[in-house]
Amino acid sequence: MNALAAHGVYWLCIVLMMTGLYIVISRDHLVKKIMGLNIFQVSVIMFYVALGKVHGGTAPILIGTGGDHGEVIYSNPLPHVLMLTAIVVGVATTALGLALVVRIQEAYGTVEEDEIVRMDREDAL
Amino acid sequence: MSEHLVVLAVILPLLAAPVCVVFRSSKIARPFAIGVAWSCLLIAGKLLGQVMLEGDISYMLGGWAAPFGIEYRLDPLGAYVLLIVTTLASVVLSFAGGTSGMDLEEDRLYLYYAAFLLCIAGLSGIAVTGDIFNIFVFLEISSLSSYALISLGTGRRALRAAFSYLVMGTIGGTFFLIGVGLLYQVTGTLNLSDMSAILKPILASGEGLRGVFVAFAFLVVGIGVKLALFPLHQWLPNAYTYAPAKVSAFLAATATKVSFYLLLRVVFGVFGAAFVFGTLRLHFLLVPLSLAAMFTGSLAAIYQTDIKRLLAYSSIAQIGYMTLGLSTNTELGLTGSVVHLFNHGLMKGGMFLVVACVVARIGSTRIEDWAGIGRRMPWTMAAFVVGGLSLIGVPGTVGFVSKWYLVLGTLDAGWHFAAVLILMSSLLAVVYVWRIVEIAWFRSPPEGAGPAGSECAPLGQIVPTWVLIAATVFFGLNTELTVGVASRCAALLGVGG
Repeated sequence: MNALAAHGVYWLCIVLMMTGLYIVISRDHLVKKIMGLNIFQVSVIMFYVALGKVHGGTAPILIGTGGDHGEVIYSNPLPHVLMLTAIVVGVATTALGLALVVRIQEAYGTVEEDEIVRMDREDAL
Repeated sequence: MSEHLVVLAVILPLLAAPVCVVFRSSKIARPFAIGVAWSCLLIAGKLLGQVMLEGDISYMLGGWAAPFGIEYRLDPLGAYVLLIVTTLASVVLSFAGGTSGMDLEEDRLYLYYAAFLLCIAGLSGIAVTGDIFNIFVFLEISSLSSYALISLGTGRRALRAAFSYLVMGTIGGTFFLIGVGLLYQVTGTLNLSDMSAILKPILASGEGLRGVFVAFAFLVVGIGVKLALFPLHQWLPNAYTYAPAKVSAFLAATATKVSFYLLLRVVFGVFGAAFVFGTLRLHFLLVPLSLAAMFTGSLAAIYQTDIKRLLAYSSIAQIGYMTLGLSTNTELGLTGSVVHLFNHGLMKGGMFLVVACVVARIGSTRIEDWAGIGRRMPWTMAAFVVGGLSLIGVPGTVGFVSKWYLVLGTLDAGWHFAAVLILMSSLLAVVYVWRIVEIAWFRSPPEGAGPAGSECAPLGQIVPTWVLIAATVFFGLNTELTVGVASRCAALLGVGG
């Protein structure tokens, strides 16, 4: 119980991660797959944000006046900054994925993977 | 100027890509993209010479000192991979053929060049950067542009292939990102050399390693997906089969190679051979997987009816050779792997370009439709035969050089069975290469085909193809350059322990 409370946020990340992966694997609807992928990526973003948190830390800004800032405990901003880039990557992936789904819809007339597989198999015969 | 060359190798294609889009004209975009690719090749050649003579180059982006700023660090291995990427990029881009084999209007071809340049920027970036988060970003740049390039293939299956690759590739990339996060948590740095220095005492103490173990697992699985390491290779055959042949030529020759470079970096550069092979015993996992890749890849290639799918399965087998060389943890084996990066890039790139020539002529990649093609396009198919001989590993071609070092490496590691298995899987390569040769040269062409030799591919296609194929022979006979660089890289990686 103690371990659960101490690492609560990480457990949450794992739950989200598994939810996302499960959607990607189990759903046939291509848009749902992309959304699952998105949830999976968001879980990693949350994980990074949690990494940077320092207990009792404030925002990483200058506090106090003049040259003397005293000892200030602040959260690590670096993982947060990294995640800005990761969010951009995630957005680009989602956009490209959805664009492909649109093209697939135009070419096959459906976005259900099992039907697409069946149509491809019929083509091959 | 010359101290900025490292960053120029990435910036140049990265900035050229949007410029291509601004042109909105394929007539201008094509020479422009070719010019950029060849300049990148010049830069890469100069950098490799500089690194080999004067040692590593370190470049601080924006003047921020490492490890806090982003450092671009080029060692012989990085420069060598950069050279592979830019060589293949400039040759494949120079390959004429317009939109043949592509589902794209002629007047929108500039978008293809933009995506291609982005892919070059991403792959080059992985080779030059010394910052692990930067690697992730470049990995995603190259992957995203390659999904777009693959979806350009004719027929609706290309779309599905691109979509499955997108899903698999994103999962792989995100796994890599999780590994980076865990490593950052343990070491507090993102700079590769700094990370390895901080990890060393932690690994030596042997305590609190759980985070490191998990990070390693995530990194290796993530890279494994991008590398198409057996059994994570499911995306590769479809992607290479349905992509335009030119794109397959470029991706087959570079994308998986750069991922393999990344694996080398992570295994030897960050964690160190002592931890990976001593504590974790990765070879117990990697050797069976490599052997499985070699045999399932080659066996599957024998039964294919589509030439591009055949070459794709053969790529999976070749990746098996590279990971086998890595897992020997000997200098000779690593030399074999590293030299095979270049050699396989040349021959697979050349063979896919042959496919592109034939597709431009007869529009089919079904092996049955290739009957008698050797008489119709003798020069093109002669290139295929030489490439095929190299794939088998016949002396005098580059394939022999890589296999020679791989076999020496496995013997050095004391794995005689692996040496025998390398030779056996080469015999399988004989089978699938011979199948093509037999159909292309010894069957009579279909009715209505022109007289022998009348349908040669245009010069703009033959020359790039033969540049790569001639290089496979040249570097097969003159091994000083490639093996010299590769053995230096292998020595610097630091095996054993």
